[in-house]
Amino acid sequence: MYLILPLALVIVFLAVAGFVWAARKGQFDDLDTPAMRALHEEPGERPSDERK
Amino acid sequence: MNIAIDAQGAPAPGPVSCAHCGLEVPAGLVEVGAERQFCCTGCRTAYAILHEHGLGQYYAFGEKRDVPVRPTGKKYEEFDHEAFHALYVKPLKGGLCATELYLEGVHCSSCVWLVERVPLLLSGVVRAELDIRRARAHLEWDPAVVSLSAIAQQLDQLGYAPHPYRGVAAEEIRRKEDRAMLMRIGISGALAGNIMLLALAQYAGWFSGIEAEYERYFRIISLLLTIPSLFGPGWLFFQGAIASVRTRRLHIDLPIAIALFAGFTRGAINTFTGSGPIYFDAVGTLVFLLLSGRFLQNRGQRAAADAAELLGSLAPAAARVVDEQGERRVPVEALLPGMVMNVRAGETFAADGDVAEGRSAADCSLLTGEPRPEPVEVGTRVYAGTVNLTGPLLVKITQAGEMSRLGALLRRMEESARRRAPVVQLANSIAGWFVAVVLVLAVVTYVYGLQNDPARALDNAIALLVVTCPCALGLATPLAITVGIGRAAKGGILIKGGDAIEALNHPGLILLDKTGTVTEGRVRLVRWEGADSAKPLVAALERESSHPIAIAVQQAWPVVEVLEAQDVIQTIGGGIEGTVSGHRVVVGAPTFVARKTGAEDHAPDVRIEAFAEEGLTPVWVAVDGVIVARAGFGDPMREDAIASVKRLRALGWRVALLSGDHPAVVRATAQRLGLDLADAMGGASPEDKLKRVEEARTHGTVAMVGDGVNDAAAIAAATVGVGVHGGAEASMSAADVYLSRPGLGPLVELVEGARRTMLVIRNNIIFSIAYNILGATLALLGVLDPLIAAVLMPMSSLSVVFASWRGRSFDPTPAVPPRPLLSPRPEPAS
Repeated sequence: MYLILPLALVIVFLAVAGFVWAARKGQFDDLDTPAMRALHEEPGERPSDERK
Repeated sequence: MNIAIDAQGAPAPGPVSCAHCGLEVPAGLVEVGAERQFCCTGCRTAYAILHEHGLGQYYAFGEKRDVPVRPTGKKYEEFDHEAFHALYVKPLKGGLCATELYLEGVHCSSCVWLVERVPLLLSGVVRAELDIRRARAHLEWDPAVVSLSAIAQQLDQLGYAPHPYRGVAAEEIRRKEDRAMLMRIGISGALAGNIMLLALAQYAGWFSGIEAEYERYFRIISLLLTIPSLFGPGWLFFQGAIASVRTRRLHIDLPIAIALFAGFTRGAINTFTGSGPIYFDAVGTLVFLLLSGRFLQNRGQRAAADAAELLGSLAPAAARVVDEQGERRVPVEALLPGMVMNVRAGETFAADGDVAEGRSAADCSLLTGEPRPEPVEVGTRVYAGTVNLTGPLLVKITQAGEMSRLGALLRRMEESARRRAPVVQLANSIAGWFVAVVLVLAVVTYVYGLQNDPARALDNAIALLVVTCPCALGLATPLAITVGIGRAAKGGILIKGGDAIEALNHPGLILLDKTGTVTEGRVRLVRWEGADSAKPLVAALERESSHPIAIAVQQAWPVVEVLEAQDVIQTIGGGIEGTVSGHRVVVGAPTFVARKTGAEDHAPDVRIEAFAEEGLTPVWVAVDGVIVARAGFGDPMREDAIASVKRLRALGWRVALLSGDHPAVVRATAQRLGLDLADAMGGASPEDKLKRVEEARTHGTVAMVGDGVNDAAAIAAATVGVGVHGGAEASMSAADVYLSRPGLGPLVELVEGARRTMLVIRNNIIFSIAYNILGATLALLGVLDPLIAAVLMPMSSLSVVFASWRGRSFDPTPAVPPRPLLSPRPEPAS
């Protein structure tokens, strides 16, 4: 018990740290457009490659 | 294939659709035998670009633009200028540059697809990302390889005219604030969740027993988790409380801070002494829920401010001023009346002014919503934000910056954006006496407890403070508003802020624009009194114009022989004249025709009145100086207009018509709608409309409903400005609400939905007060265990959340694809 609880809290801490990092990087700034982009991306479809 | 060819190889009848935008190609533009048809050069160019670079996948998207591509044709040279770079471009590592551009006309996922791919086709462009909600594109490029103007031109060719994003600095600040708030919510949520888990263990222990050492252990850990919650995310409330005390103005942060402090301190003491209740779970949850409520509240006020900035982006940053020393660039802030500026073809006017030299046409759609180019010559007044189309002009500035028409519009919008939702202010003002009542009650509880059960007295008082925390109050209102706005948006009603909802609950005066709002905005030829021989002459003349009357003529007589008209001159607000087959033909308003021909019309007024009584706009036709025909053009009323007006009046609103159209026509329309004749005002100029709104505001709530053609200022000045489907960019920014579905039906939905939302809010406030009374009573009686407090509080918040979620505010039934705050450029009248 004295081990498990602090261990669980460490995991929580890591999760929160990940969240804070993502927020700082601006990943939560725009929640609408990435949803649209998910429909677009297709493998090997980058137009800049085709032109070369 | 989109061209139908019959056996002989001639185009078979049937609508031909544009290969790019899918709209119908006008009969005159169909190219016989061509494999693909386009409705305009814009679409043709866009199609070519996409196919040349293998982006044909665009056409597979279900959601595409359904408006033809209308490039402005601007060269965007100013984007390469040093002054522009100093203001709007950020240098990056590796010699790259970055900027944010506001793009007109983006509204769906295929636009995102295009904007994020096409610029990359230009070598030198490193990154292109679109934020569709704010219509902003983030671009990174290598200035040594490609210029920003080239990128801008390409975006323009696709129909996404770019503008520098003005509010970059303010945006940075807001972005940081948003992120900070989000982090606070995330951290406090994680902490609150874990504290609750530990509390769960302890409550279980209450009932079935728990070993002392574990209980102590859990209490200490709970304390350790509460500390960062209070001193990190929760510190906001302490700051607010301190400020409230310092300025001696009671703010809702004060009771919150008191509750948090009392709960924490008492809990900490009890943890070290080993006995007595702890309140850490309540405190942790409080911090999380209240922060969420505040976040929602702030987000709601964003949209209005955003729109004001968007509009600001649409005016240019500098002008080319001409004086004795030659020509130099002067930033817009430094422009003064009396200066002369040189405006080339394709450039936007930087200030209001009178044309001193030159002849051209201007695109005034930004301000008036008229997509037709207006002829411009010496003496014509031009306005900041409109575009000079065909020829270079020298313009003497009359008003610049804030004093220009656009500037005044912006100012009004910013003022209204700063208005906070009164219902939020209500919650804040309740805090005032709430604090007093709670503190008094706490003292009473303590004293009462001392008499009955002294050991528990302090605990009872603290329990009271914790349970009467205005958590639900802080969450109730913003949540109901956010849910209401979200629902309304699904139904095509875009509301910018809670104050619009609140204002619509105080019935006052609704001013309706006529053309395009009450009527369909389509003009039809209804009555023709005169010789049929005049028809071909009129048709030939009207073919040279794209005025709605001209369109109506073309639609009325499609199979008339084609004649050529020469020396065609169009006069705004008057009519059109020219020479056809050797005859001098004049078509226009009766006064215009009389002036041009000097002809006497016997009993003219009677005919005008007769037409007007039927709601028809009179147009006279004169050939070689003799009036040969009188035509009546009508604009059919929308089907739901009469029923909608009746419903609005039943809801307590006074409805009036305010229109620039002929007064007699407006009176006739008012009569058909069942309105008081005193409430029908015709012949109103934009300034008249503004005045009417301003004087009505002194008597109560004023809602102005229009499509932006000449009523943008009135819409901005009204208590609630409502922009209607198909309106101009400028007035849509100025409006508090935008109805993206045609007709007056959405207006009725808006008013009714606003009423129901306020009902939900009121119920929420009553709920939370009831819970507080219940909790306070229990605390007073000494019956309030921390368990009960911990249960009551989330329950009150959850019931508020539930009521907001399931409450009937707006009906989301008509499923309309969402439209952005600003609509795409209006299409030409053809």
